[in-house]
Amino acid sequence: METLGIFFILILVGFFAGSHIEKKHLADLHDREYRTRQLPVINIGAKTPIPEADRAKLFVGSVVVSSDYFKTFVAGWMNFFGGRISVYETLVERGRREAMLRMKEDAIKWGASQVVNVRLETAEMGGQNPNGVVAVEIIAYGTGVQ
Amino acid sequence: MNDRPTLSRSNRMLLTTLEGVPGHTIVQHLGLVQGSTVRAKNVGRDFMAGLKNLVGGELKGYTELLQEARAEATQRMMQEASKQGANASVNIRFATSSLTQGAAELFVYGTAVQID
Repeated sequence: METLGIFFILILVGFFAGSHIEKKHLADLHDREYRTRQLPVINIGAKTPIPEADRAKLFVGSVVVSSDYFKTFVAGWMNFFGGRISVYETLVERGRREAMLRMKEDAIKWGASQVVNVRLETAEMGGQNPNGVVAVEIIAYGTGVQ
Repeated sequence: MNDRPTLSRSNRMLLTTLEGVPGHTIVQHLGLVQGSTVRAKNVGRDFMAGLKNLVGGELKGYTELLQEARAEATQRMMQEASKQGANASVNIRFATSSLTQGAAELFVYGTAVQID
Protein backbone atom coordinates (compact mmCIF):
# COMPACT_ATOMS: atom_id res chain seq x y z
CA MET A 1 0.00 0.00 0.00
CA GLU A 2 2.82 2.36 0.92
CA THR A 3 4.70 1.78 -2.32
CA LEU A 4 1.48 2.42 -4.22
CA GLY A 5 1.13 5.73 -2.37
CA ILE A 6 4.67 6.77 -3.24
CA PHE A 7 4.06 5.75 -6.83
CA PHE A 8 0.95 7.94 -7.09
CA ILE A 9 2.73 10.88 -5.49
CA LEU A 10 5.58 10.55 -7.98
CA ILE A 11 3.14 10.31 -10.88
CA LEU A 12 1.34 13.45 -9.71
CA VAL A 13 4.58 15.35 -9.11
CA GLY A 14 5.81 14.24 -12.53
CA PHE A 15 2.59 15.26 -14.20
CA PHE A 16 2.16 18.69 -12.65
CA ALA A 17 5.80 19.77 -12.40
CA GLY A 18 6.58 18.18 -15.77
CA SER A 19 3.81 19.92 -17.67
CA HIS A 20 4.61 23.21 -15.94
CA ILE A 21 8.28 22.97 -16.99
CA GLU A 22 7.29 21.93 -20.50
CA LYS A 23 4.88 24.82 -20.89
CA LYS A 24 7.49 27.29 -19.68
CA HIS A 25 10.10 25.82 -21.99
CA LEU A 26 7.81 25.94 -25.03
CA ALA A 27 6.97 29.59 -24.35
CA ASP A 28 10.67 30.38 -23.97
CA LEU A 29 11.49 28.55 -27.21
CA HIS A 30 8.78 30.42 -29.07
CA ASP A 31 10.09 33.72 -27.78
CA ARG A 32 13.72 33.03 -28.64
CA GLU A 33 12.85 31.62 -32.06
CA TYR A 34 11.07 34.85 -32.82
CA ARG A 35 14.10 36.86 -31.76
CA THR A 36 16.55 34.82 -33.86
CA ARG A 37 14.32 34.54 -36.92
CA GLN A 38 16.47 36.85 -39.06
CA LEU A 39 19.39 34.39 -39.14
CA PRO A 40 18.95 31.92 -42.01
CA VAL A 41 19.91 28.34 -41.28
CA ILE A 42 20.44 25.94 -44.16
CA ASN A 43 21.84 22.47 -44.39
CA ILE A 44 23.44 22.76 -47.79
CA GLY A 45 26.79 24.43 -48.30
CA ALA A 46 29.27 21.56 -48.37
CA LYS A 47 29.27 21.26 -52.15
CA THR A 48 27.46 24.46 -53.03
CA PRO A 49 29.86 27.39 -52.79
CA ILE A 50 28.70 30.34 -50.69
CA PRO A 51 29.97 33.26 -52.78
CA GLU A 52 29.32 36.11 -50.35
CA ALA A 53 31.17 34.50 -47.42
CA ASP A 54 34.75 35.25 -46.53
CA ARG A 55 34.92 34.22 -42.86
CA ALA A 56 33.71 31.05 -41.23
CA LYS A 57 33.53 29.51 -37.78
CA LEU A 58 32.16 26.33 -36.28
CA PHE A 59 29.18 26.64 -33.92
CA VAL A 60 27.83 23.91 -31.69
CA GLY A 61 24.66 23.92 -29.61
CA SER A 62 23.83 21.02 -27.35
CA VAL A 63 21.28 20.10 -24.73
CA VAL A 64 20.33 17.08 -22.63
CA VAL A 65 16.60 16.85 -22.02
CA SER A 66 14.97 14.31 -19.78
CA SER A 67 11.52 12.88 -19.52
CA ASP A 68 9.52 13.17 -16.30
CA TYR A 69 8.12 10.35 -14.19
CA PHE A 70 4.64 10.65 -15.65
CA LYS A 71 5.86 10.60 -19.25
CA THR A 72 8.11 7.64 -18.60
CA PHE A 73 5.18 5.74 -17.10
CA VAL A 74 2.77 6.63 -19.90
CA ALA A 75 5.39 5.80 -22.52
CA GLY A 76 5.78 2.38 -20.95
CA TRP A 77 2.08 1.68 -21.58
CA MET A 78 2.15 3.24 -25.04
CA ASN A 79 5.08 1.01 -25.84
CA PHE A 80 2.94 -1.99 -24.90
CA PHE A 81 0.12 -1.06 -27.26
CA GLY A 82 2.33 0.25 -30.04
CA GLY A 83 1.85 3.26 -32.24
CA ARG A 84 3.04 6.80 -31.72
CA ILE A 85 4.63 7.63 -28.40
CA SER A 86 3.48 11.23 -28.39
CA VAL A 87 4.94 12.06 -24.96
CA TYR A 88 8.45 11.40 -26.28
CA GLU A 89 7.79 13.16 -29.57
CA THR A 90 7.34 16.47 -27.79
CA LEU A 91 10.44 15.77 -25.68
CA VAL A 92 12.85 15.35 -28.59
CA GLU A 93 11.21 18.20 -30.45
CA ARG A 94 11.89 20.52 -27.51
CA GLY A 95 15.47 19.33 -27.37
CA ARG A 96 16.02 19.84 -31.06
CA ARG A 97 14.63 23.36 -31.01
CA GLU A 98 16.71 24.22 -27.94
CA ALA A 99 19.95 22.89 -29.47
CA MET A 100 19.28 24.74 -32.71
CA LEU A 101 18.57 27.96 -30.81
CA ARG A 102 21.77 27.73 -28.78
CA MET A 103 23.75 27.36 -31.97
CA LYS A 104 21.94 30.28 -33.60
CA GLU A 105 22.37 32.55 -30.57
CA ASP A 106 26.12 31.84 -30.53
CA ALA A 107 26.34 32.55 -34.24
CA ILE A 108 24.44 35.83 -33.89
CA LYS A 109 26.82 36.92 -31.10
CA TRP A 110 29.73 36.34 -33.46
CA GLY A 111 27.98 38.31 -36.19
CA ALA A 112 27.15 35.56 -38.62
CA SER A 113 25.00 36.38 -41.63
CA GLN A 114 23.89 32.77 -41.98
CA VAL A 115 24.65 29.29 -40.71
CA VAL A 116 25.32 26.74 -43.43
CA ASN A 117 25.66 22.96 -43.60
CA VAL A 118 23.87 22.39 -40.30
CA ARG A 119 23.73 18.85 -38.91
CA LEU A 120 21.59 17.51 -36.09
CA GLU A 121 22.63 14.54 -34.03
CA THR A 122 20.73 12.67 -31.33
CA ALA A 123 22.22 10.35 -28.75
CA GLU A 124 20.43 8.42 -26.07
CA MET A 125 21.87 8.98 -22.59
CA GLY A 126 20.20 6.27 -20.55
CA GLY A 127 22.34 3.37 -21.66
CA GLN A 128 21.14 -0.21 -21.32
CA ASN A 129 19.76 0.15 -17.82
CA PRO A 130 15.94 0.23 -18.07
CA ASN A 131 15.69 1.87 -14.63
CA GLY A 132 18.21 4.59 -15.44
CA VAL A 133 17.45 8.14 -16.43
CA VAL A 134 15.44 8.63 -19.61
CA ALA A 135 17.24 11.42 -21.39
CA VAL A 136 18.49 12.29 -24.86
CA GLU A 137 21.32 14.52 -25.90
CA ILE A 138 20.75 16.55 -29.02
CA ILE A 139 23.44 18.57 -30.70
CA ALA A 140 23.18 20.96 -33.61
CA TYR A 141 26.31 22.13 -35.36
CA GLY A 142 27.06 24.14 -38.43
CA THR A 143 29.34 26.73 -39.94
CA GLY A 144 28.52 30.36 -39.38
CA VAL A 145 29.66 32.60 -42.21
CA GLN A 146 30.08 36.34 -42.53
CA MET B 1 37.56 22.75 -13.87
CA ASN B 2 39.64 25.91 -14.47
CA ASP B 3 41.74 24.48 -17.24
CA ARG B 4 38.88 23.00 -19.18
CA PRO B 5 39.38 23.30 -22.91
CA THR B 6 36.86 25.41 -24.73
CA LEU B 7 35.92 25.61 -28.35
CA SER B 8 36.80 29.29 -28.40
CA ARG B 9 40.48 28.46 -27.97
CA SER B 10 40.27 27.22 -31.54
CA ASN B 11 41.03 30.68 -32.94
CA ARG B 12 44.40 29.51 -34.17
CA MET B 13 42.78 26.88 -36.29
CA LEU B 14 39.76 27.34 -38.54
CA LEU B 15 37.07 24.72 -38.17
CA THR B 16 34.18 24.34 -40.59
CA THR B 17 31.58 21.77 -41.54
CA LEU B 18 32.04 22.75 -45.18
CA GLU B 19 34.25 21.19 -47.83
CA GLY B 20 36.39 24.31 -47.87
CA VAL B 21 37.04 27.47 -45.93
CA PRO B 22 35.20 30.53 -47.28
CA GLY B 23 37.60 33.29 -48.24
CA HIS B 24 40.55 30.91 -48.48
CA THR B 25 41.71 28.28 -50.91
CA ILE B 26 42.91 24.89 -49.82
CA VAL B 27 46.56 24.36 -50.67
CA GLN B 28 46.99 20.84 -49.44
CA HIS B 29 44.90 18.02 -47.97
CA LEU B 30 46.63 16.33 -45.05
CA GLY B 31 44.19 13.52 -44.33
CA LEU B 32 41.65 12.49 -41.74
CA VAL B 33 42.07 13.68 -38.17
CA GLN B 34 40.02 12.64 -35.18
CA GLY B 35 39.65 13.25 -31.50
CA SER B 36 37.66 11.32 -28.97
CA THR B 37 37.08 11.12 -25.25
CA VAL B 38 35.12 8.78 -23.01
CA ARG B 39 33.58 10.50 -20.02
CA ALA B 40 31.87 9.11 -16.98
CA LYS B 41 29.29 11.12 -15.13
CA ASN B 42 30.10 11.44 -11.45
CA VAL B 43 27.94 10.23 -8.60
CA GLY B 44 26.77 13.69 -7.55
CA ARG B 45 25.61 14.54 -11.02
CA ASP B 46 23.97 11.15 -11.44
CA PHE B 47 22.04 11.66 -8.23
CA MET B 48 20.88 15.13 -9.26
CA ALA B 49 19.98 13.87 -12.70
CA GLY B 50 17.96 11.07 -11.12
CA LEU B 51 15.99 13.61 -9.11
CA LYS B 52 15.54 15.90 -12.09
CA ASN B 53 14.30 12.91 -14.05
CA LEU B 54 11.15 12.94 -11.91
CA VAL B 55 10.04 16.35 -13.12
CA GLY B 56 11.67 16.43 -16.55
CA GLY B 57 13.35 19.28 -18.35
CA GLU B 58 16.96 19.98 -19.11
CA LEU B 59 19.66 18.11 -17.19
CA LYS B 60 22.14 20.97 -16.92
CA GLY B 61 24.84 18.86 -15.28
CA TYR B 62 24.89 16.44 -18.19
CA THR B 63 24.70 19.20 -20.78
CA GLU B 64 27.79 20.86 -19.29
CA LEU B 65 29.61 17.57 -18.92
CA LEU B 66 29.08 16.70 -22.56
CA GLN B 67 30.01 20.19 -23.72
CA GLU B 68 33.28 19.99 -21.82
CA ALA B 69 33.95 16.55 -23.20
CA ARG B 70 33.17 17.63 -26.74
CA ALA B 71 35.50 20.61 -26.36
CA GLU B 72 38.22 18.24 -25.23
CA ALA B 73 37.66 15.90 -28.17
CA THR B 74 37.80 18.90 -30.51
CA GLN B 75 41.00 20.02 -28.82
CA ARG B 76 42.57 16.62 -29.42
CA MET B 77 41.55 16.66 -33.06
CA MET B 78 43.07 20.13 -33.44
CA GLN B 79 46.31 18.97 -31.83
CA GLU B 80 46.52 16.08 -34.25
CA ALA B 81 45.84 18.42 -37.15
CA SER B 82 48.44 20.99 -36.13
CA LYS B 83 50.99 18.22 -35.64
CA GLN B 84 50.58 17.52 -39.32
CA GLY B 85 51.07 21.17 -40.14
CA ALA B 86 47.45 22.02 -40.85
CA ASN B 87 45.92 25.41 -40.15
CA ALA B 88 42.30 24.38 -40.69
CA SER B 89 40.03 21.37 -40.37
CA VAL B 90 37.13 21.01 -42.75
CA ASN B 91 34.02 18.86 -43.07
CA ILE B 92 33.85 18.25 -39.33
CA ARG B 93 31.35 15.73 -37.95
CA PHE B 94 30.39 14.92 -34.36
CA ALA B 95 29.20 11.59 -33.03
CA THR B 96 28.11 10.49 -29.57
CA SER B 97 27.56 7.01 -28.26
CA SER B 98 26.68 5.98 -24.76
CA LEU B 99 28.75 2.96 -23.84
CA THR B 100 27.08 2.10 -20.56
CA GLN B 101 24.72 3.82 -18.17
CA GLY B 102 27.64 5.73 -16.69
CA ALA B 103 29.79 6.73 -19.62
CA ALA B 104 29.56 8.33 -23.03
CA GLU B 105 32.01 8.58 -25.87
CA LEU B 106 32.27 11.85 -27.75
CA PHE B 107 33.90 11.61 -31.10
CA VAL B 108 34.79 14.28 -33.62
CA TYR B 109 36.51 13.90 -36.96
CA GLY B 110 37.39 16.00 -39.94
CA THR B 111 39.95 16.56 -42.67
CA ALA B 112 43.09 18.51 -41.89
CA VAL B 113 44.00 20.98 -44.60
CA GLN B 114 46.43 23.75 -45.25
CA ILE B 115 44.90 27.00 -46.44
CA ASP B 116 46.58 30.12 -47.72
